Amino acid sequence: MFPTPIHQRPIVNQYIYKIFLPISLIIWLIPIFGILMTSIRGLGDITAGNMWGTPSEFLLFSNLYDVFTNTPMIKYTLNSFKVTIPTMLGAVALSCMTGFALANYKFRTNLIIFFIFIAGNFVPFQILMIPVRDLTFKIGLYNTITGLVLFHVAFQTGFCTLFMRNFIKALPQELIEAARMDGASEFRIFWKIILPLTRPAIAALCVLIFTFIWNDYFWATVLIQGDHAMPITAGLKSLNGQWITAYHLLSTGSIVAAIPPVIMFFLMQKHFIAGLTLGATKG
Amino acid sequence: MELNNPKAKRITWWQKNQIKISPWIFLAPGLIFFSIYVIAPIFVSIGISFYQWDGLSPSIYVGLQNYIELLDDEYFYISLWNNLKWLIFFMLAVPIGLGLAIFLNQIVFGIRLIKSLFFFPFVISQVVIGLIFTWFYQPNYGVIAPFLNFIGLEGFSILANENTATYGIIFAGLYPQIAYCLILYLTGLNNINPEQIEAGRMDGAKGFHLFWNIVLPQLRHATFLAIVVTVIGALRSFDMVAIMTQGGPYGYSNVLAYYMFEQALSEYGYRMGYGSAIATVLFTIMMFYILFFIYRMYRNEREDNN
Repeated sequence: MFPTPIHQRPIVNQYIYKIFLPISLIIWLIPIFGILMTSIRGLGDITAGNMWGTPSEFLLFSNLYDVFTNTPMIKYTLNSFKVTIPTMLGAVALSCMTGFALANYKFRTNLIIFFIFIAGNFVPFQILMIPVRDLTFKIGLYNTITGLVLFHVAFQTGFCTLFMRNFIKALPQELIEAARMDGASEFRIFWKIILPLTRPAIAALCVLIFTFIWNDYFWATVLIQGDHAMPITAGLKSLNGQWITAYHLLSTGSIVAAIPPVIMFFLMQKHFIAGLTLGATKG
Repeated sequence: MELNNPKAKRITWWQKNQIKISPWIFLAPGLIFFSIYVIAPIFVSIGISFYQWDGLSPSIYVGLQNYIELLDDEYFYISLWNNLKWLIFFMLAVPIGLGLAIFLNQIVFGIRLIKSLFFFPFVISQVVIGLIFTWFYQPNYGVIAPFLNFIGLEGFSILANENTATYGIIFAGLYPQIAYCLILYLTGLNNINPEQIEAGRMDGAKGFHLFWNIVLPQLRHATFLAIVVTVIGALRSFDMVAIMTQGGPYGYSNVLAYYMFEQALSEYGYRMGYGSAIATVLFTIMMFYILFFIYRMYRNEREDNN
């Protein structure tokens, strides 16, 4: 193990470490504490410049009430779910198939197609922006959740294919060979053998895609204009313009926007991390 | 007789060709979708960059006019220069993430929770991070106001100053990016071969020497991923700029990604052709990194097959 485990060190070092650990955590989380503290304050504290002292009043619930009743925040949050969940399902479904095809069959263009998926996944959004917006207009889906979902599904398929293909490739090939010997159809192999084995990969992709799409801001601004379909990131930005110095409301809104991915992360941390490292430990 | 039975014939044909056709059936939905929404638009964008187009009226072919205009555009150079600053300073996330990972790679009470709390910023939307830091930087109400007063810069606005705005945004951007690199390195440290470390220790390797010669080479894969995602993050920086300064003051904190959006799709105008030219430049820069990544993957594939 690197570095040397702390309990093999002199006792003084152990104490220093145990003191520094929480201190470093507190410093690291200052920005988060900042919004948490501010979300319980009232406007009085903000204008008085009381940012770090004890709040003069505990107004978290009143702030939440304000945010939910005076702004379309509930609508934004619902929209975010309506965009995120179908995207997650769509991209994972498509990439299970593409990943299976690329991992399992040898054909001449296999690697080329795989690399196209990878390359597409890394391109800057701006090179796609105008044609995608135009296309969405033409098929009558501009300013709709469906239009946004369709694009997200297509784009995320790139990353998901990379992930799924590597995952399926690492599965024992004998299983597939044996099933083929028994005369199982390719579709049956996919459905009965591969899919059950890819469950951890599916879980990892679901958390990752959920977080990516929930936090998307760019495409929400490019493809959506009105409050009726706007997800929470873009909604928060537009509220920012109206609130200007109402930091207590802004903080409360930010917390609302941050909660779903944070819960998702804590519930599925192992899968999340496996997904980020592309599930690959070799290099 | 059997050959004349169409049903038997069809089954044999399918059985014969199943392996050949199946991959295409599985690939079709994903590949078609991806081609329509990701691959084709790249070429369409490059095409549009040779036109003058407001998105509504018919487009006019102008050849290289948009690119020639770019060469004379002061704001284009400012954005390009800022992208370079992003690339350089965003890279700090890699060593800082590594340092934090080494610091946190211990087994003490509560370490799992502490690690998760360190990952935290990565999960939160950049919009939220951008809003938090904008508020931090406020000259009068902000968190750093007391500090600014202390060093005699009372009322100094980091985001409104043309020399500091970009650095202010990059600093905010580093917050989630460090967390990302930390995650990659902690996983990397977990996968290190303990025998090699022990062998190194037996040979008397210690501290920095052990780290540099034995640990770091084993973290190759984590380092590679961290660099790739950081470069891409730097070149994709849009959200933070849009939230914190919208490119201001006077375009001094602009980056290509945001400048493109501003030219093509904002109250400043609908110059699709010019925007596409900017996007094409950004795409070309990014392509170097993409090709590098793919080359590495290709090498790994070949090693796997041998």
